[in-house]
Amino acid sequence: MAGLTDSTSTQMGMHTEPLTGRDIKTKFTLEHEGGFAYHFGRDVDFNRRAEIDCAELDPTEINRKIRELMDSGHGSIVVRNPGAKHSLIVGILNRMNIIVEGSLGYFGCGLLDGPTVRISGRVGWSFGENMMAGVCVVEENAGSTFGAALRGGDLVCKGSVGSRTGIDQKGGTILVGGDTGAFSGFMMQRGRIVVCGNAGKNLGDSMYDGTIYVGGTIRDLGVDAVSAQLTDLDRAWLRRKLKMYELLPGQGVDHFTKIVAGKQLWSYDNLEPTEKKLVL
Amino acid sequence: MCGIAGLIYRDGARKIGEEMTAMLQALRHRGPDSTGFAMYGAPGQNEYVMRFKVAEKEDLDGGTKIHRAIRERKAAVGAVLEELGVDVLEQEEPTEYALRSRISFRGDLKNLADHIEEVEGGEILSIGNALELIKDLGDAASVSETYALSTFEGTHGIGHTRMATESDVDIRSAHPYWAYPYNDIAVVHNGQITNYWLMRRQLERDGQRFVSHCDSELLAVYTAVNLEKGMTLEESLHRSIDEIDGVFTYLITTGNELGMAKDTMAAKPMVLYEADDMVALASEEVAIRAILPHEIDTTDPYDEEVRVWQA
Repeated sequence: MAGLTDSTSTQMGMHTEPLTGRDIKTKFTLEHEGGFAYHFGRDVDFNRRAEIDCAELDPTEINRKIRELMDSGHGSIVVRNPGAKHSLIVGILNRMNIIVEGSLGYFGCGLLDGPTVRISGRVGWSFGENMMAGVCVVEENAGSTFGAALRGGDLVCKGSVGSRTGIDQKGGTILVGGDTGAFSGFMMQRGRIVVCGNAGKNLGDSMYDGTIYVGGTIRDLGVDAVSAQLTDLDRAWLRRKLKMYELLPGQGVDHFTKIVAGKQLWSYDNLEPTEKKLVL
Repeated sequence: MCGIAGLIYRDGARKIGEEMTAMLQALRHRGPDSTGFAMYGAPGQNEYVMRFKVAEKEDLDGGTKIHRAIRERKAAVGAVLEELGVDVLEQEEPTEYALRSRISFRGDLKNLADHIEEVEGGEILSIGNALELIKDLGDAASVSETYALSTFEGTHGIGHTRMATESDVDIRSAHPYWAYPYNDIAVVHNGQITNYWLMRRQLERDGQRFVSHCDSELLAVYTAVNLEKGMTLEESLHRSIDEIDGVFTYLITTGNELGMAKDTMAAKPMVLYEADDMVALASEEVAIRAILPHEIDTTDPYDEEVRVWQA
């Protein structure tokens, strides 16, 4: 795929090395409306609303129905009676609204790029894995590996989350209203994790980069995770972000502890997720 | 992978056979090889329920001689019971190879179990005042139908759907495990115990017996030994997190308790629902939804978390 050396990203000076061996055909151009929409994205109308009753459907059927509604131009979809089924609402690469009335099982909302998803219940393990962009808000608790390998967007859990939150996170923001379990931010490479409650052991273990903010107690820090001074910029960002999702504590954000990488291990590349799209 | 589930009612007996079947059937994708139940009915005065088998299910494929052998083994067990002065109050044969006996017995349970297991193919699945342990190959619905579990009433129970990784696909390696020879203790486990052989050899040197090569059996024997030493269930669960290596989440039951422990990495899933009248736990929330289809608020226990609930 040597042709990519002439791509927009090269012309922008984002990299100089030849990008050989890549075969992903999808390209993004800055001229395209919105900058980074997929050429195969559906043209949906946010004012067209539809509902799916999942009670008698299996996950494949539910996901197929969501796609059919997207194809027919529906930009707002209500998912009823999801029954904690696994792997729902995955691979949505459109801007649209999805409202889930109930709870999701494991691997919900994986591989998203663009949609806004609101879930009234709880979610199981590996929610929001590999999300590129968009917003997901969970009103109750979440399981482990919440936001694993998150690349962009906002992933919000208003309750508590399990262990390994934001493991391998590569961008975006994870916001937790309650507590988080052990090994949160493990091998985190970029982005932010905000925990209003307490954090379990080995927080930020082996993190390359990124920032973790904790409002409560931290059981202990992992390898190469160190505390840093909370700056005015941090406070302003925390206030804005937490207020946006109605998670701003009454006492403000001054009590938050900031955790960053000590960078005694090794460093990752410095491309933002949107820049990565251009490279690809 | 394996799936585990537990259920305990704090206000009396319910149809837990039907509910455990529904929970385990919802977890069948986590383990298609075998399904097992350990459930607690009404305890009898000086009575025990003994579940045992005299052959493996797959033995039936071995020709015609096995059927005669099974008849001879059952007769041999009957002779043992008569010799030890066991009064058999009721006997059922849900399958050709697995039996349920309600017995009156005042002697030593270990002695009774040892004598029955001396019969070729004989293996005690459980002996308990209230405990009944049923396990066989297949999914929860088929095991439940074969053993008529839908009518079972009790206060609490645990169950397991097994994906065989460490040992054979047979009843011997299926969960739950009874904590031989201790009354009313059973365990189910999802995970892998990495110091299994080290701990097993220690326990065997102390005279404990193992029937399988499944690492989960270790948890049953280990817990029983701790309880025998006078520990509470909660103390034993805490100690197990320090002494047992690997990744695990396990559930353990006694005559009136259901306990849970999670390893230091929290690597194996567990979803917990607590209400005033009941507690339900499972590897996945879909199992809890199988008996509580309305919206519920559940949590994931954290690493090193130990919980014990009373019936």
